[in-house]
Amino acid sequence: MSAPGDTRAPEATDGGGRSGGPPVQPSLGVLGWARFVWRQLTSMRTALFLLLLLAVAAIPGSTFPQRSIDAARTAQWISDHPTAGPILDDLGFFEVYASPWFAAIYLLLFVSLIGCVVPRTRVHWRQVRSVPPRAPRRLERLPAHREVVVDGTPEEVRERLRGALRRRRYRVHAHDDTSLSGEKGYLKETGNLVFHVALVGVLVGVAWGHLLGWRGDVIVPVGSTFANTLSRYDTFSPGPWVDPNDLDPYTLRLDRMDVAFETEDTGPGQFGQPRDFRASTTFTDGDGTERSEEIAVNHPLETGDGTVFLLGNGYAPRVTVRDAEGTVIYSDATAFLPEDNFYTSVGAVKVPGAVPEPLGFAGFFLPTGVIDDERGPHSVFPDTLDPQLALTAFEGELFPGGRPQSVYTLDTEAMEPLPGDEADQLRILLRPGETFELPGDRGSITFDGVERFAGLSIRTDPGKTLTLVAALTSLTGLVASLVVRRRRLFVRVGPADEAGRTVVAVGGLAKDDDEGMDDELAAVLTTDEGPR
Amino acid sequence: MTETTFAQLSTLSAYSAIGVLTLAMIAYAFYLARLAPARDERREQEAARRATPERELVGVGGGADQDHEADRAGAAGPTSEMPVESAGARKAAGIGWTLTLLGTVLVVAAVALRAAEVHRWPLGNMYEFALVGSMFTLLAYVGWSFRRDLRWLGVFVVVPVLVVLGTAETVWYTEASQLMPSLQSVWLAIHVTVATVAVAIFTIGAALGGLYLVQDRIEARGGTRSFMARLPSARALERLSYMTHVVAFPLWTFTVIVGAIWARQAWGAYWNWDPKEVWSFVIWVVYAAYLHARATTGWKRQNATWIALAGFVCVVLNFAVVNVYFVGQHSYSGL
Ligand code: HEM
Repeated sequence: MSAPGDTRAPEATDGGGRSGGPPVQPSLGVLGWARFVWRQLTSMRTALFLLLLLAVAAIPGSTFPQRSIDAARTAQWISDHPTAGPILDDLGFFEVYASPWFAAIYLLLFVSLIGCVVPRTRVHWRQVRSVPPRAPRRLERLPAHREVVVDGTPEEVRERLRGALRRRRYRVHAHDDTSLSGEKGYLKETGNLVFHVALVGVLVGVAWGHLLGWRGDVIVPVGSTFANTLSRYDTFSPGPWVDPNDLDPYTLRLDRMDVAFETEDTGPGQFGQPRDFRASTTFTDGDGTERSEEIAVNHPLETGDGTVFLLGNGYAPRVTVRDAEGTVIYSDATAFLPEDNFYTSVGAVKVPGAVPEPLGFAGFFLPTGVIDDERGPHSVFPDTLDPQLALTAFEGELFPGGRPQSVYTLDTEAMEPLPGDEADQLRILLRPGETFELPGDRGSITFDGVERFAGLSIRTDPGKTLTLVAALTSLTGLVASLVVRRRRLFVRVGPADEAGRTVVAVGGLAKDDDEGMDDELAAVLTTDEGPR
Repeated sequence: MTETTFAQLSTLSAYSAIGVLTLAMIAYAFYLARLAPARDERREQEAARRATPERELVGVGGGADQDHEADRAGAAGPTSEMPVESAGARKAAGIGWTLTLLGTVLVVAAVALRAAEVHRWPLGNMYEFALVGSMFTLLAYVGWSFRRDLRWLGVFVVVPVLVVLGTAETVWYTEASQLMPSLQSVWLAIHVTVATVAVAIFTIGAALGGLYLVQDRIEARGGTRSFMARLPSARALERLSYMTHVVAFPLWTFTVIVGAIWARQAWGAYWNWDPKEVWSFVIWVVYAAYLHARATTGWKRQNATWIALAGFVCVVLNFAVVNVYFVGQHSYSGL
């Protein structure tokens, strides 16, 4: 922290900045070793090394898919790389930011930081309350220096200079009758300490949010109501200290979902891009008070217990399955997950009550469907210009072994495909209003129409305010530490050869190389109150 | 005027800027070529003068002002080390400066026309980032030039700007379009604008850092007659590089903070380790390491500068590679 040649406060060098450490003696002892390791850890070189290591360690998280962000892509990557995949998985490459090695780096960095900041704060506190040190005997040895002869007695000249320094916001002290010591820019070190301490605040805020925050995701088709209880969530991930049974009772009904896509711009990558998503909802709080709320991207809804974000949308085709007698055995708006920008969506319809055996349908919903030999069924525009449902049918055991499975896929391990006419497998293509008779008295399936759904994510992060305040504090400290200049300025006066004139020597010492120190000396000498 | 007219005018303006800046580049290169590399003689004189200042100054007696001027000229700033200018060199620099001003005006016009065309803040895709980034780089250079003589730096700023502008028009060009929903936010204007300003200043800082490393090598070898002798000393270059980084780093810090605020609004979490966020973090940490390295006793300035250049490599990767090839929520390059 001290520039070479910085004579002030030698005790303020960072804890072991000159990191030669003590000479290693055979009998260092446990305490000695501990002290040695601590000195190394809290040295600026180590901090620098850890910072660079942190940067390098963060990179794999952007090149490998991360499980917490996209579990499906991660699983795909691992199965595509049967040798490297499992090894990298064991090493934590798919969960970089939760991996022990990443944590080790930043925790060491912060231990080092605290070990660095505490003694520095003590030193700084002492310096702030003390007077500037005595002027060196030979001012011409200082990096910036000049000498002039002016009118006036040494006492007069010194008093004028004292005023000049004060006006330039120096703290001034006279250790003897012929010199002055001035210092300013204490704010630089204060800013630096605030910056580093506030970084700790950011870390605490992040950790707090991690421990006490939670998020849950749920898909709500238009017309449905979501009730804020644990069982209603499709996925729920609580922080370790969260009681998931203690959620505020409220309900949210999705009244309408408005979606706009780009239709005018046909340039590559633009046509069909989403332009606007808007969910009109009715929010009912625990007391039964209703109010209308609009949720849009960039416009979440604050509920008091979690914030509701609109993060996704898609289609839920309404499908009805009847048995041979025409009795309805399944009727629901079933969400299909969009897979590409044009909302080619995959999903499954599971009918456990079918006879003679449970039925399962799996396939695609296409808002604007095209089926070609090369790409199979796919959508060419995200809005419902020509909605189609392309399904294959299976019968057999829907939930083999009672294993949990995704609602969007069919586990066909214990199922047989229904046979088709020419093709080996039955293929069903339905447009809204159409019904398909299943072969062999198995009943029928009808595509009644399609609803939109909203993908809502409800989250709390109690640490976010602390994180933000700490980050902004840190920024303020940083700016202060980078902008403010710490300067020491010394003055010596003495009688000149001619009577009534005085030799003034001024010398300046700045932290770091400070281009402006020469100007500063000149300015002090030429202020109104300075020597004439 | 219709939007198509705006679009055509914007592109026309950008292409004109490329033409004008190419001429500026030539003029600045000519300027450097015509400078007499007389720095060393100058330096010797200066050293001689500085060896005996006390006596002179004391002799001056009354006039502190006078010696103020004299000493100012001798201060270890880059100005004092500038080589002798021939009339031709001065003329070339004047032409380079005028053309740079004109080029800057044209780029500003291209940005303004693009904004008029798309009816929004023109920072929605890679083409627009590149255009606005070039604008801020030029503005930073022009603005700084009003405070100190930076004619020697002209060619090193104009060349990267030309590379970016040229790539923008030929590779990244994107038709005007509306923004995807997550980008429709006031935070966009703040976040992306400050990010672009920071990147512009980092660019100048990297140019200075690179020049410093070359200059340092040459000075260490005692080389004097090289082209580089026409530039400021290694020490002065290093200090200028540091100054630009000191401006850019807090701006980048601010960018990251505002990005987090916006990410919460748009995606529900202020930090998601999306590839773009990862790289913003990496950039921040690397530049923090640079500032650290520079302040660490016993660390060479050269090594610190290498860290800064590594930071700039990350900035370039973040823009040119992460935008286009990495899957993430920030995938809105428009390509
Ligand atoms: C989270 C980790 C850290 C980050 C991001 C960080 C970042 C920074 C930055 C950006 C600066 C430049 C600001 C300035 O010059 O005032 C700085 C300065 C400094 N840092 Fe850190 N730092 C970290 C950890 C540490 C640690 C562990 C130490 C102690 C070993 C340390 C000691 C210092 C010192 C002494 C300075 C002042 C340099 C000077 O006097 O100019 N920092 N730090």
